[in-house]
Amino acid sequence: METASPIPVVEAKTPLSPWRLFWQRLRRRRVAMMGGGILVVLYSVALFAGFIAPYHYEHLDTKYSFHPPLWPQLKGFHLVAPRYEESTNEVFNYRVVPDDTKPVHFFVHGDRYKLFGLFPASIHLFGTGDDRYPVYLLGADQFGRDVFSRMLYGSQISLSIGIAGILISFVLGMIVGGISGYFGGFTDTAIMRMCELIMSIPGLYLIISLRNTFPPGLSSAQVYAMIIVILSFISWASMARVIRGMTLSLREQQFVLAARAAGATPLRVIARHILPNTFSYVIVAATLSVPYYILGEVVLSFLGVGIQEPSASWGNMLTAAQNTEYLRHYPWLLAPGAAIFVTVLAFNFLGDGLRDAADTKSL
Amino acid sequence: MSLLEIKNLKMDFGKGAGALRAIDDVSFTIDAGETVCLVGESGCGKSVTALSIGKLVPMPPANYVGGEVRLNGRDVLTMSSRQLREIRGGVVSYIFQEPGASLNPVFRIGNQIKESLKLHRPGKATDAEVVRLLKLVGIPAPESRLRNYPFEMSGGMQQRVMIAMALASEPKLLVADEPTTALDVTIQAQILDLLRDLKQRLGMAILLITHNLGIVGDMADRVAVMYAGQIVELAPAKELLRRPLHPYTKALMDSVPKLHGDKDRLSAIPGNVPRIGNFPKGCRFFPRCPSARLGCESTMPELVEIEPNRWVRSLYAKDLK
Repeated sequence: METASPIPVVEAKTPLSPWRLFWQRLRRRRVAMMGGGILVVLYSVALFAGFIAPYHYEHLDTKYSFHPPLWPQLKGFHLVAPRYEESTNEVFNYRVVPDDTKPVHFFVHGDRYKLFGLFPASIHLFGTGDDRYPVYLLGADQFGRDVFSRMLYGSQISLSIGIAGILISFVLGMIVGGISGYFGGFTDTAIMRMCELIMSIPGLYLIISLRNTFPPGLSSAQVYAMIIVILSFISWASMARVIRGMTLSLREQQFVLAARAAGATPLRVIARHILPNTFSYVIVAATLSVPYYILGEVVLSFLGVGIQEPSASWGNMLTAAQNTEYLRHYPWLLAPGAAIFVTVLAFNFLGDGLRDAADTKSL
Repeated sequence: MSLLEIKNLKMDFGKGAGALRAIDDVSFTIDAGETVCLVGESGCGKSVTALSIGKLVPMPPANYVGGEVRLNGRDVLTMSSRQLREIRGGVVSYIFQEPGASLNPVFRIGNQIKESLKLHRPGKATDAEVVRLLKLVGIPAPESRLRNYPFEMSGGMQQRVMIAMALASEPKLLVADEPTTALDVTIQAQILDLLRDLKQRLGMAILLITHNLGIVGDMADRVAVMYAGQIVELAPAKELLRRPLHPYTKALMDSVPKLHGDKDRLSAIPGNVPRIGNFPKGCRFFPRCPSARLGCESTMPELVEIEPNRWVRSLYAKDLK
């Protein structure tokens, strides 16, 4: 005979791993999740830039210099692109040509590009397939290039510079900081004075003088690598200082003594036991400092020493917006600025949320 | 030849005029398979003596000024860092007082034990071996415990994991630095039982550091009593407990609370352990010693064998019997 137990049986919950706990706490923060969501969208768009952009970034049509933004309209059940025409008496003043439209198709053939930089392709998400009816969602620049397409291609550079820069400077900062803090003594003093030296030089001057140590006339890929190296060179020092401080306290922990007592080498102790304990800080700090790299690229390109035309980056696209005359008449040239604004804000929201989630004392 | 032979070990903290003598003329031996207890109040140099066996005290500030620590016949103090890494874990393993703090909080315990294996028995760094070790130290359902983080375990379990890590490298000597101080009494008994059992099965020697004389009778073959950086009495455990000779050992034993005592108050040794660097010129215990006499304040006594296997550091050792 079965008897019901008077005590309700409670299923024992297996405790969550630290990462799961972290994720649970992060998920509760809406603003951070929103920032994260925006970044996921931005990065996926950057990944598929060639496909989503209706034109190649080099595609130019001087007939359409400073063409205004043009959004396809719904006509019946079709999206159609109207045609603009330059008024004959005024330069760069466009007017809609009535009743002259072309349907907008999806998955149309257009400029050749390489998906992920590997696979040759020519299918674009949308377009008219006819150069006489361009689709300039965000207008065109002075050479008649599509600002929207160039912004997408530019995001590949601007967004990846942040990640690559963080990787280099944080890995460097963690290794150097870990060594400095763990060994102490003269090693520590020497490394820290070097960090202070780098940190004491005003950033912008250092950037520009470092830029001048590279020869002019580099290819776009070389400039890209150069920007990452310059920005990482400047910012690893502050990371190293913080990691060194954390190492100073972590190396007194008993598990470090236990690892030494088990015969671990100093580098193993640093890499396996000390640095992993700084990860929760490092992830937050990394997220919060990605904007620094994006803005760094903007500054360099804005000053004309960064990514060179015809390659597109958000920074060098903004160079065109330096001219106040242009800005007054063609405000859509500022679109990359809006993209930078959104990206930087999203990173900051996400970083703040990560910090709160990593702080076990908060709810 | 003994497994461990510490001879006239002298260690300072700091150098030159500000040097503070933390270990002064410490000598004792541990034979293979033997359990030796190191007893004394906090701050008397037990832990630094134990850490010196693997040369684990950070240098600086530590500065060895004399003596030798012979492990398997080789002097640890003159070893290169590569040789040191081989004996650490390979010959001598450590477990510490706070099991929770000795485990790295960000790694699963299976991986931590595996790391210990990788360092000394790389061929055996497998899940199966980790499970065997966890079984050996009495952890139930070891297969599912592999993926636990340290914070998911109780203190007793954590200490068992630490012991498994220490055993992973198959050491000849296990140094247990107050392994049960942070645990409650029942768990304490379990861990000590485990250590005794493992010692018999694996035939390793144990250096057990404690300030709990109650453990000594249970565990130790021989006992070294330390006071202010010196060994004041060294004797077989049973004889020492039955008939302590040095006044400090006597005082220590008197301060153990007794179940059937008729005293109203617990007895304590008057005064405090002298601060390092502020030791009396003569016998270091004489300011607190009930049987101090003339001469104690000015002459440093030697550790002498007053009976077979019974060593005492006292000017009036002969009268103590």
